[in-house]
Amino acid sequence: MMRPEITEADLVSLKEKSRILRIEILKMLAEAGSGHTGGSLSAADIVAALYFSKMRHNPKDPKWKERDRFILSKGHAAPVLYAALALSGYFEKTLLKTLRKLGSPLQGHPCSKLLPGVEISTGSLGQGLSIANGIALGLKMDGLNSRVYCLLGDGEIQEGQVWEAAMTAAHYKLDNLCAIIDNNGLQIDGHCCDVMYIEPIVKKWDAFGWHVIDINGHDMEAILAALNEAEMLEGKPTMIVARTVKGKGVSLFEGKVEYHGLAPSRDELEIALKELEK
Amino acid sequence: MGERLPQMNQAKGSSEKKPVATRDAYGEALLELGRERKEVVVLDADLSGSTKTGKFAKAFPDRFYNLGISEQDLIGTASGLSLAGKLPFASTFAVFETGRAWEQIRQTICYSNLNVKLVATHSGITVGEDGASHQAIEDVTLMRVLPNMTVIVPSDGPETRQVIRAVADYRGPVYVRLGRAKVPAVMPEDYIFQIGKAHTFHLGKDVNIVAMGIMVSVALESAKILTGEGIDAGVINMSTIKPLDTETLLLASKACGLIVTAEEHSVIGGLGGAVSEFLSEKNPRRLLRIGIKDNFGCSGTPKELLKFYGLTADDMVKTIKEALA
Repeated sequence: MMRPEITEADLVSLKEKSRILRIEILKMLAEAGSGHTGGSLSAADIVAALYFSKMRHNPKDPKWKERDRFILSKGHAAPVLYAALALSGYFEKTLLKTLRKLGSPLQGHPCSKLLPGVEISTGSLGQGLSIANGIALGLKMDGLNSRVYCLLGDGEIQEGQVWEAAMTAAHYKLDNLCAIIDNNGLQIDGHCCDVMYIEPIVKKWDAFGWHVIDINGHDMEAILAALNEAEMLEGKPTMIVARTVKGKGVSLFEGKVEYHGLAPSRDELEIALKELEK
Repeated sequence: MGERLPQMNQAKGSSEKKPVATRDAYGEALLELGRERKEVVVLDADLSGSTKTGKFAKAFPDRFYNLGISEQDLIGTASGLSLAGKLPFASTFAVFETGRAWEQIRQTICYSNLNVKLVATHSGITVGEDGASHQAIEDVTLMRVLPNMTVIVPSDGPETRQVIRAVADYRGPVYVRLGRAKVPAVMPEDYIFQIGKAHTFHLGKDVNIVAMGIMVSVALESAKILTGEGIDAGVINMSTIKPLDTETLLLASKACGLIVTAEEHSVIGGLGGAVSEFLSEKNPRRLLRIGIKDNFGCSGTPKELLKFYGLTADDMVKTIKEALA
């Protein structure tokens, strides 16, 4: 399971992937005219680290039994998943233009029946971690060493089911599971802690029996180090609390709550792409 | 252990057989299935003693998961196990499984068309003394409305055993509704259950009673009384509510002028709802729905409750005679 050491060149290449993911996210959202900008951009570095470095997967065989699994519990960040799948080669990049359009496999929230590479349909918050647990249990039963990754939003952990699943993962010692919270601090109605106080996140997961790693979710080296640490750990599930900035990468959107569920306009896209293409 | 329902014991056909609760038959069937198929896994939410999944847990501890008192997580975990290639049976009481976790069933199981079997026990008012909080009378409605879902309500122990085998062979989400109380065996010895196929005991020329679950035995008893009074009453066990056996329903509705549905469930959206929806479009007939009339259950013995809610053979006979008068 050991991966080769991460070199400086790898980091440069991964950062470039993040940048391309962000560009594709913005382009598809602007084309769609609706969708979730902020939470897709905040998760881009994490998703890049998973799809272009950490995860074993095969775009030519999406159902490969020994693949690592990625569950996007915060399903509204579908654009970042779609961009990662397209760049990985699961489908033609031109399909990204059909996001949210009638007849498109790129539904507003991920649909596993329509799009190869999507493990399970999500969009209703709070459900992904339970699903990830079930997969992790099944993999262990079959003696497979594939890993399961689950990305949650920080607002999402207000859902009670998340804590049911938190207990289950620790109870069954799911060390083949690594969850990540995209802790961008904002949800649709405002700052998470104004809407419903969620802190102390690290202490909560620790108290629930998880190994918790607190990182800057835009530091590629830190993300990879945390994912590796999780893989080495035995007997416990890992929660990576990734401190992120909503809308990361585009000053126009960074830390702006209104861009949770708003797509960039044509003009905003132009400004954003200029910044990302610098 | 559940109480026997005394007035159901005279059902014709298999009256010599010992009554068993459908949940007990489920426990046995799971055990058999577990021996034969390694991919079968069972999940429960702290009710394995009552749902009878505890038997499987004892025999196959490595394939049993108790999720504790957390139905939403139960559904999600079962879904994940199905994604990992397992054949999960997830059980708890019907009210918690279909009510507490409805949206998880909708989003994760049905939308993605996962191969998860939801087998819930303690349905209907014959749960008894625990009262309304534990008596699911809305579950069939809640499950029937979901795309991709199959809904099955077995009438007795032997049929339950067949149902469990059939749903294991079927690929896709299934909801199976079981009960707590002992019920007499009503299905003929040579009966073979098929998903989507109703069983016609007799096609009546005056009235046909379309029943599900424990009401099949009540319908058989009613039909016997009615026949004695010169009324040709037929009985159909509509054990699959979805997909509905519309062929049998058309035959039954063409044979007589009155269709009566009978369910230990709300008359809104369940068997009565499904039959009404179909017949009102395809072959309108006078139709009466026997069931719980937009109300909650309450505490009492199963026998008392069946009487209280008008679900006995006497009630059914009275309703039918009034309608035919």
